[in-house]
Amino acid sequence: MIEVRNISKSFDGDPVLRDISISFEQGKTNLIIGKSGSGKTVLLKCIIGLHEVDNGEIFYSGESFTAMNVKAKKEIRQKFGMLFQGAALFDSLSVEENVRFKLDMFTRMNRLEKKKRVDFCLERVNLGNKNSLYPAELSGGMKKRVAIARAIVLNPRYLFCDEPNSGLDPQTAILIDQLIKDITEEFNMTTIVNTHDINSVMEIGEKVVFIDNGQKWWEGTNMEILKTENQELNDFLFANKMVRRLKEIDDI
Amino acid sequence: MTLLEHIGRYSLLVKRAFARPEKHKMYYIRLIREMEALGINSVGIVIIISFFMGAVITIQTAYNTENPLLPAYLIGLAARDSILLEFSSTIVALILAGKVGSRIASEIGTMRVTEQIDALEIMGVNSAGYLILPKILALVMLAPFLSLISMVVGITGGWIAGVSAGVITTNEYVTGIQFAFIPYYITYSLIKSVIFAFIITSVSSYHGYFTAGGALEVGKASTLAVVHSSIVILLFNLILTQLLLS
Ligand SMILES: Nc1ncnc2c1ncn2[C@@H]1O[C@H](COP(=O)(O)OP(=O)(O)OP(=O)(O)O)[C@@H](O)[C@H]1O
Ligand SMILES: [Mg+2]
Repeated sequence: MIEVRNISKSFDGDPVLRDISISFEQGKTNLIIGKSGSGKTVLLKCIIGLHEVDNGEIFYSGESFTAMNVKAKKEIRQKFGMLFQGAALFDSLSVEENVRFKLDMFTRMNRLEKKKRVDFCLERVNLGNKNSLYPAELSGGMKKRVAIARAIVLNPRYLFCDEPNSGLDPQTAILIDQLIKDITEEFNMTTIVNTHDINSVMEIGEKVVFIDNGQKWWEGTNMEILKTENQELNDFLFANKMVRRLKEIDDI
Repeated sequence: MTLLEHIGRYSLLVKRAFARPEKHKMYYIRLIREMEALGINSVGIVIIISFFMGAVITIQTAYNTENPLLPAYLIGLAARDSILLEFSSTIVALILAGKVGSRIASEIGTMRVTEQIDALEIMGVNSAGYLILPKILALVMLAPFLSLISMVVGITGGWIAGVSAGVITTNEYVTGIQFAFIPYYITYSLIKSVIFAFIITSVSSYHGYFTAGGALEVGKASTLAVVHSSIVILLFNLILTQLLLS
């Protein structure tokens, strides 16, 4: 479980996050939704410690992350899996080396075990036979998928995904969403996913937090979300005509 | 940022770079790659520059000392000392600052702006150590060899040019480069090359590591890396000359 208590963050006096408190549940896919520029990425980076928060505290399974020293942070981070919005694959390493990196760095597995694990993870994101390509030779969506494989290679306890399916076709997007949900349940991880994709919300949103302009406006499940009275959330959700029609049908 | 803040941040980064590696083998693999990228790949440019500089130094010395009272072998002696004392360490370091420094800053800077450094940190890897330490060690280990190569090639260049231009005979040149030879000059030069290698790699890594923004800033970081490494090299050259030769 990850708990965020009253965190605020500003850049050069410009507030980006305002007094946000959320608890993210273990074994569930927790979604953070909001418009472009609403502060999702900054929030995620505060949670994992890439940005220092100005105020507030973050707890991992009850332990204060904010209070940890560098060494303790380094240790807990080995249990993190992170998918960056731009994939952030290592340019100088091949697909296989990228996925294998954490195994090389932190385990004593032998070659064969590593190879099996890497292939397994790449299979799960539907990327067999691409092991020897370099990031520059991959499409945007393929990069994302390699990054997911890299994030899950060591069975993380906490998985963070920043827009896992932006730039993917709907079919692959659903596949990736489902994959994230499955492994979250399988390994009882605490997963946080940033997205502005309504499909994802409906598919895997067991817990959804809506932020706008750096503030939390709403939280609930995908079942509840269509019935919400919150104006900001409705504006966000029903920008799409299709979804608006869905709501109307649902209302009848 | 003030100069003092830069120095403080630089010192902290270097300290982090020398923290205990997570896994020696991974660092070792990078060290080998960096030795190739930074050291071996610089041999060519060092040879070319050293050859021509040796040639020019010899010919210039010859024309500046056209005095019948001075024996011709002094040309060889003067060329040797310029090459050993300044050329093989300082000038080669300035050339390397251009070649290696810009490469390091743009590589690390690109990793910064594409969040690859964040990715390392989130995995629990000390990004400063993993990225910077192998570069520093690689060039520090290979710089003395580059310096030695530069000495040999520079003196050879001087000989070939001097003889072809007819300003000195082979015999005179060989006598000259052996005359009043002070072996300590070589040690001096090698010590300088090691220190300069440290300056080039650490200062350039610093500029790359703290790049903020995008491709434009990566370009700026790489320019700054070259300029600042060069200035620091010249400054330390002055200090080291005082310390080591006085
Ligand atoms: N490093 C930074 N320095 C200054 N301002 C920043 C920085 N990072 C983000 N911001 C600002 O914070 C705000 C929120 O950005 P953020 O990246 O979190 O948006 P987002 O919700 O992830 O949007 P998107 O869906 O487009 O990814 C933006 O106004 C952005 O300009
Ligand atoms: Mg974002």
